[in-house]
Order: sequence, then C-alpha cells, then structure tokens
Amino acid sequence: MPKAGSGLSLDGLGMPLWLVIELTYKCPLKCPWCSNPVDFDRYRNELTTQEWKSVLREGRRLGSLQLGFSGGEPMLRRDLEELVEEADRLGYYTNLITSGVGLNPKRLRALKKAGLKQIQLSLQACDQELNEKLVGLDVFDHKISIARTIKAEGFPMVLNVPVSRYNIDQTEAFIELAADLGVEYVEFANLQYYNWALLNRAELLPTREQLARSEAQVNAARERLGKKLTIYFVVPDYHDQRPKACMNGWGSIHLTIAPDGTALPCQEARLIKGIDFPNVREHGLDWIWNTSPGFNQFRGDTWMKEPCRSCSEREKDFGGCRCQAFLLTGDASNTDPVCAKSPNRHLIDDLISGAEKRESCGSKPLIMREGGYPRRTDVI
Amino acid sequence: MEIERRISPDDVVELNPNYHFRWEEPQQAHVLLYPEGIVKLNQTAAAILEACTGSSSIAAGTEELSRRYRRRDLSAEVLKFLEVAHAKGWIRVKS
Ligand SMILES: C[S@@+](CC[C@H](N)C(=O)[O-])C[C@H]1O[C@@H](n2cnc3c(N)ncnc32)[C@H](O)[C@@H]1O
Ligand code: SF4
Ligand code: SF4
Repeated sequence: MPKAGSGLSLDGLGMPLWLVIELTYKCPLKCPWCSNPVDFDRYRNELTTQEWKSVLREGRRLGSLQLGFSGGEPMLRRDLEELVEEADRLGYYTNLITSGVGLNPKRLRALKKAGLKQIQLSLQACDQELNEKLVGLDVFDHKISIARTIKAEGFPMVLNVPVSRYNIDQTEAFIELAADLGVEYVEFANLQYYNWALLNRAELLPTREQLARSEAQVNAARERLGKKLTIYFVVPDYHDQRPKACMNGWGSIHLTIAPDGTALPCQEARLIKGIDFPNVREHGLDWIWNTSPGFNQFRGDTWMKEPCRSCSEREKDFGGCRCQAFLLTGDASNTDPVCAKSPNRHLIDDLISGAEKRESCGSKPLIMREGGYPRRTDVI
Repeated sequence: MEIERRISPDDVVELNPNYHFRWEEPQQAHVLLYPEGIVKLNQTAAAILEACTGSSSIAAGTEELSRRYRRRDLSAEVLKFLEVAHAKGWIRVKS
C-alpha cells in the first residue's frame, strides 16, 4: 500500500498507478485484525492464471506502475512465480506482500529469477509466545529465518508490523530486530479498523499513552539510525484530528482486484453496501476504471456533503475514508467521523476513552480470523 | 545521526540499486520506482540523473549537459539537485 512520503501526492494523470492483486483470501494464519472480509471464505472462485495475466496486461495499458501481490496469503498460489515473471516482463515494479508462511529458500530464488523487486514481510510480535497468540500458529522462528534468507537473496525488504494494544509496547524491540535483520524499511502500521479489526476493535485499540510512547521511540530511533533504517509510522487515524487522505482519493491512483475478480477502489470497499463493484470477468479494466459507476461514485468532490463540501481542506484529505464513514455513520458519503469537524466525532472519542477503562490484555478473548464467520449464533 | 558528506564534482555517484529509473510512456515522463514508491521526475531532474550517474564523475556529466543544452553555468544547479537526490536516498557515492 502507498506509504506516507512515498510520492503520495503524486498526480497520476488519472491513471491507476498502484495495482494490488489479491490472489486468494485463503491464509493459514488467523490475525484477529485481518483486513480481509469477515465472510472471506464465501469467495472461492479465484481468478485463474490466465485471467490474472490478462488483468496484468490491461493494467499496464492503463498506466499501472507499482504492483502488489497480496491476499490472503499469496504464497498459497502455486502460479505466483509465473505471474511475477509476466508482471516483470510487462514492466511493473513488483512487490510481494506476505506473512512469510509458504516462503522457502527455493521459492525465494525462483521469485528472484522471475524478477520480483521487493518483499514486504509482516511480523506481529518480537517473541514466539505473543506471536503465536496473535496469529494462532507457531510461525515466529520461520518468519525470522525467512527474513534472513530474503536479505541474503538481496531483496530490499519492508518489515510490516500491524500495531495494536497487544504489541505496541514492543516498538523498540521491533526496531532493534529490524536493524539486526538489516532490512531497509520498517513500517508500524497502526491498525485500520475494518472487517476483523472492527470486530475486535475494543480490545485492539491502543491507549493514548501507549501511542505517545511508541511514537517517541520511533522518533528517537530515526535520529539514531538515520539512513540505515527508514521507519514509517502509519498514523492511527482515530487518535488524529483529521482523517487520512484515504487512497489519495477514491478512484484516483489505486486499484485493487479481489480474488474473485471484483475490482475495488481500495481493498476494503466491498464492505460498503449498495455499490455494485464491477468484475474483471465481465468488463474490461479500462471501462471499470474510467466509466463504471462504482469507481465514479466518490471521485472528485461533487458527492461531498457538509462539512466537507465547503471545507478548505477537502483537497488535502478528500473527506477521509468512505468505508469508515459507511461503517460508523451508515452513509458512505458522510464526512469521515475521525474528522474533528464531523458531527459524529464523538463516536471516536467515546472509543478512545473506552480504551482507557479496559481490563488488561487477554482478559477478553479475541475473535480469530476463521472460516464460517459470522456463525449463526453471532449477531453483527 | 551520521553527518552526510557533501557531494563534490569529482565524485562518481550511482543510482541506488533498489531504485529503477526509466521513461514511462503513459506518463510522458521519467519515473523512479522503488519499494512501494513512485517519483515522477521533471525533464531537468531526469537529464541530470541520466548524465551524472554511472561511471563518470559529476563534473564530466555536467560538461555533457552543458554541451547538450548549450549552457555554461550548470554546475551549481546540478550539485544542488544531486544533494537532494542523495539525501532522499535515490543515489549513492561510489567509492
Ligand atoms: C491482508 S495482508 C495480506 C498479505 C499477507 N497475508 C500478510 O499478512 O502480509 C496485507 C497487509 O495488511 C496488513 N494488515 C492486515 N490487517 C490490517 C489492519 N486491520 N490494519 C492495518 N494493516 C493490516 C498485514 O500486516 C499485511 O502487511
Ligand atoms: S493479515 Fe494475517 S490473517 Fe490476514 S491474510 Fe495476512 S497473515 Fe493472513
Ligand atoms: S470537514 Fe471534510 S474536508 Fe474538511 S478536514 Fe474534515 S474530512 Fe477533511
């Protein structure tokens, strides 16, 4: 995903510069904040190798440059190497976004040969015990050893840390580990609360104090390490007074293709009810990007309501995130409730104050990402 | 933080190997691609990167630019841009 300061305010001339293909929703891990849909196992008709290749070709024709292979766990697709090779031939800068499960030295070498440029590896905790608790499987040692192999094979690497109340106090340990592994970038991705993360939000949200400490530690490490390690700190938007400039604007530079071929302006967008998102099995990518109603719904600013409509900051944050507006206010065209100017900001403030009053980590169980959700007995 | 050495005309600089620099037809511009990032370069920046990175010194590259654009006083402008590029990690000094 685009990082702050990585040329985000870039004028893409209306082209989908960033293409993310989610090869599958399947994944052996069970992160209770997973950004995949809660009913992910309903989408089983994954695109075939040939269908993905045609998406890649059409994407290049539309001007896509950066390509992310994501999921689910992209390593579960046996045709990953073949797709990377095709993408490299077409001229993409190819990024693999993986938990590391399913990666081994042999496949790494094959991916290198296929032209893969960069790997983003997610790590959820700095020790085996907490990591297993958070992802539901004993994979910590494997992740560390595969991180070393990634570096030994000469890939530039981002260590991605999905940050919650559970692991935020390990900020310094993560930085130390990243420096020791010799990675170029570490990304503290404060969780975004959609899908699984939303289900577990009350338990995952860090406190103000935790965040302040973590950010101070990041800043101190930046001073200390300089160019050796670039540290991204993705702002936790709930704790901010302004929303994130989500996706650089709807249908502006970002295009995601879900495992079943549904084309989305961001990976979460299918949670907005009432928008009919087009599918690459039925439509060309050009029509999807330029003409389809789904991609035009929130393009530009004519859809905005007050307070965004007359706000001087609307070119800066595009009114925030449509998914968040939908989830928290019921209407995707409302101002993102994170904004202090939103009449719904109290919803966020209540959550943050609630976080101060909780019992300790682990006193309430987390709902782990698994198939078959929502169960009949759960009401959401 | 380590103190950055200033770049001098005698230095030979090269592109950071994790960065890819190329002409992108749909954008009608040169772009730099790197892990999860894109930078679109204007013509001047692209010309400087093209001429001044690789195997010859910055001074030699600057001369070539002077010849090509028929301008004499390019040295300061070139160095200023390369310092920015260096600070951003796009290029590094070859030892
Ligand atoms: C959905 S995962 C798919 C790729 C792979 N399974 C992995 O975990 O790296 C893509 C990225 O999103 C991150 N992520 C997952 N849920 C998130 C959330 N709620 N907020 C922020 N980042 C999240 C993961 O850490 C990972 O870097
Ligand atoms: S975030 Fe966790 S559960 Fe979700 S796809 Fe990645 S590794 Fe799997
Ligand atoms: S009112 Fe809307 S445009 Fe203005 S700062 Fe808030 S979200 Fe952004």
